[in-house]
Amino acid sequence: MTTDSHSGRTGEQPGVFPRHLLDAESLTLAQLETILTLAARFKKERAAVREVQQSSQSVPPPPQRNLLAGRTVVTLFFEASTRTRSSFETAARALGAGVIALQKEGTSLSKGETLADTAKNLEAVGVDALILRHPFAGTPHQVAREVKVSVVNAGDGQHEHPTQALLDALTLREALGDLKGRTVAIVGDIAHSRVARSNIHTLGKLGAKVRVAGPRTLLPIGIEKLGCDVMHSLDAALDGVDAVMALRIQQERISDARLPSTRDYSRLWGIQQRHVDRLPAHAVVLHPGPVNRGVELASDVLDGPRSRVMEQVDSGVAVRMAVLALCLRAITPAEVAA
Amino acid sequence: MSAVFTPGTGPQTGRTWLVSGRVIDSKSGLDAVRSVLIEDGKIKLVREAPPDAGERENARVIDCANLLILPGFVDLHVHLREPGEEGKETIETGVRSAVAGGVTTLVAMPNTKPVMDSAAIVRLVQSRGREAGLAKVLCSGAITRGSLGEALSDAAELRDAGVVVLTDDGRPVMHAGVMRRALEYATDLKLPVMIHAEDLHLSSGGAMNEGPVSTRLGLPGVPAAAEVAMVQRDILLAELTGAHLHVAHVSAAGSVRAIRDAKARGLKITAEATPHHFTLTDEAVAGVPSGYPNAPAGIPYDTFAKMSPPLRGESDRQAIVGALADGVIDAIATDHAPHGPLDKQVEFGCAMNGITGLETSLALTLSLVRTGELSLLAAVDRLTYGPARALHLPGGTLSVGVAADVTVVDPERVWKVDSKLLHSKSKNSPFLGWSLKGKVLRTFVDGREVYRLEDR
Repeated sequence: MTTDSHSGRTGEQPGVFPRHLLDAESLTLAQLETILTLAARFKKERAAVREVQQSSQSVPPPPQRNLLAGRTVVTLFFEASTRTRSSFETAARALGAGVIALQKEGTSLSKGETLADTAKNLEAVGVDALILRHPFAGTPHQVAREVKVSVVNAGDGQHEHPTQALLDALTLREALGDLKGRTVAIVGDIAHSRVARSNIHTLGKLGAKVRVAGPRTLLPIGIEKLGCDVMHSLDAALDGVDAVMALRIQQERISDARLPSTRDYSRLWGIQQRHVDRLPAHAVVLHPGPVNRGVELASDVLDGPRSRVMEQVDSGVAVRMAVLALCLRAITPAEVAA
Repeated sequence: MSAVFTPGTGPQTGRTWLVSGRVIDSKSGLDAVRSVLIEDGKIKLVREAPPDAGERENARVIDCANLLILPGFVDLHVHLREPGEEGKETIETGVRSAVAGGVTTLVAMPNTKPVMDSAAIVRLVQSRGREAGLAKVLCSGAITRGSLGEALSDAAELRDAGVVVLTDDGRPVMHAGVMRRALEYATDLKLPVMIHAEDLHLSSGGAMNEGPVSTRLGLPGVPAAAEVAMVQRDILLAELTGAHLHVAHVSAAGSVRAIRDAKARGLKITAEATPHHFTLTDEAVAGVPSGYPNAPAGIPYDTFAKMSPPLRGESDRQAIVGALADGVIDAIATDHAPHGPLDKQVEFGCAMNGITGLETSLALTLSLVRTGELSLLAAVDRLTYGPARALHLPGGTLSVGVAADVTVVDPERVWKVDSKLLHSKSKNSPFLGWSLKGKVLRTFVDGREVYRLEDR
């Protein structure tokens, strides 16, 4: 039977935040609001501290410093990553937690142990949370079934990347206010994108209409069943949107014959300044990074006034602080609401 | 419940009466309450009147009231793993699992280590099967040397060693030219060729059926076209060569259409389907409970729901059930594929394909009878005479004079699938925890009661 700890679906226990963050799909609207509220607060506090530091006055202790004092989190990354891992580690340290960073090569199988062996070994070390990135979809779900500590999905294969969608939502709310009735276009390699899947679930719950668009070779069958519209041209996708999110094109897409070249991709799907000029005045441009300059986004778009790409990075730390504080139950949803 | 296994070799001497059970023999079309006399390992008599007092003397008498008396099941598709992967299954544990599931004859797949592409390996498997003394173990042989899809294996040697079918199961022969020559060569030898239909370029990297569920779970998909394209290719090659083609584990509606059409055109095509493909859909990978009565919810990314070909959509499942009902699919075969923890308790993407199936096949088949999707006579046929006829094997019938391979079933018996009660060495079944209806009580091979379930 599916139990709470198996699926991370703990919405039926009011007031208790789920121990795991495995996917955005199973988050309730109330849980999303709790994370975003707390993240917005953390982000503001961090900005205030930065301002004080820059004015070279004596630095006051950040108010969130001790929420995770005495706790230890491990970042267990089976895939190379710099920004997500450093973002999680910065977030954990900002809350006073100890951090162990583990970069693994290959799968549990390649070491001759089962997934449970790998997970239970780390649990036995005495950590409080496993922040897991893995090239295969579903691994955080499988690990969460085996351990008692919190499991936070930092990206699993082509499945989900929930904290990325949360930081996108925070960034979009800051730019646009309430997302109810807003339209967001996600453009690019939808098939291989965990960012796209997490955003479809997250933005949809927050009331936004999501469109996905990209070459047919990169649109997975049945994606509309997740709750989005599918567009087959960039002009159709961008028509009247409040925000556009471009996704990274991997070189692999050329070797597996999904695309002829990045050049040909950008001819059809690259977002140029002329596209941005046709957007409503308030519309913004996002990208989860790292950006291939001139492929997904023209350089002037990336560096231009509509771009919120650097803002996304800043939101990322705040969102991950909120997720860790809530999953480790250092703060309750009621305290966030108060 | 405890299982009693009584291995032995050669026909059992003496007489056994199976009294007043519902005898179903699809070869003759018989479906009636009858008593069956087994004598010296053979079916001696099937008649309406129960034995009288004189006949009961010096005979073992088993009351079969309210039970089914069926020909022993014939399973065309079993992975016994020996030689090479005895940690997953041995021939002995495999045939224990078989007779506990009512299977009296099975065809062992050739993807052992080393591959069954020579008489030496075939004879090893046959002799281990005989030593185990439970189910009859028949061997397949590899189509190509090492099942590498390149050079033809010594098929005449394999046939003379007793191989009943050629297959590279687990892999397709991707090279159409090699497949064409293999079909021609097999035709001279009067051997059928069984295909694992999968275009490896289309399935490349896939971990489950391609569809809305794979999209939601973010798992790379295998389109149904990967199977259908190969079924269609090999039907064309069978037509070109006059070969007998047997399509293993049909999973897609498109394959069913192609096979139906080929049969209608008079080609020598036979086919099998597995209980998991007619019971489950790809929703099982997401942990969604199946439509099976009282099926428990599963868990997302359950590697016990990973197999090749993958579980497909509901319309595919219905097409397979329809083809079992009208006989386009000749046989129910389990594709029993034991795997251990290191194969399955790993990331979904790198977990091995396959599940065990010998002990759950009967109950899952009977559930199609209860839902009205399959007649009982057709269900029994697809487990017995259907597969025997498809590959020209002995067995599958209770005709007078044949070897007394008989399975006695309680169709109403409810039991819970429990890893501790399964006899296969491996426990990789997606049906663990399910309550199933229909259980094998006794299995006879050559008149010997090799398996009995005791519970009273």
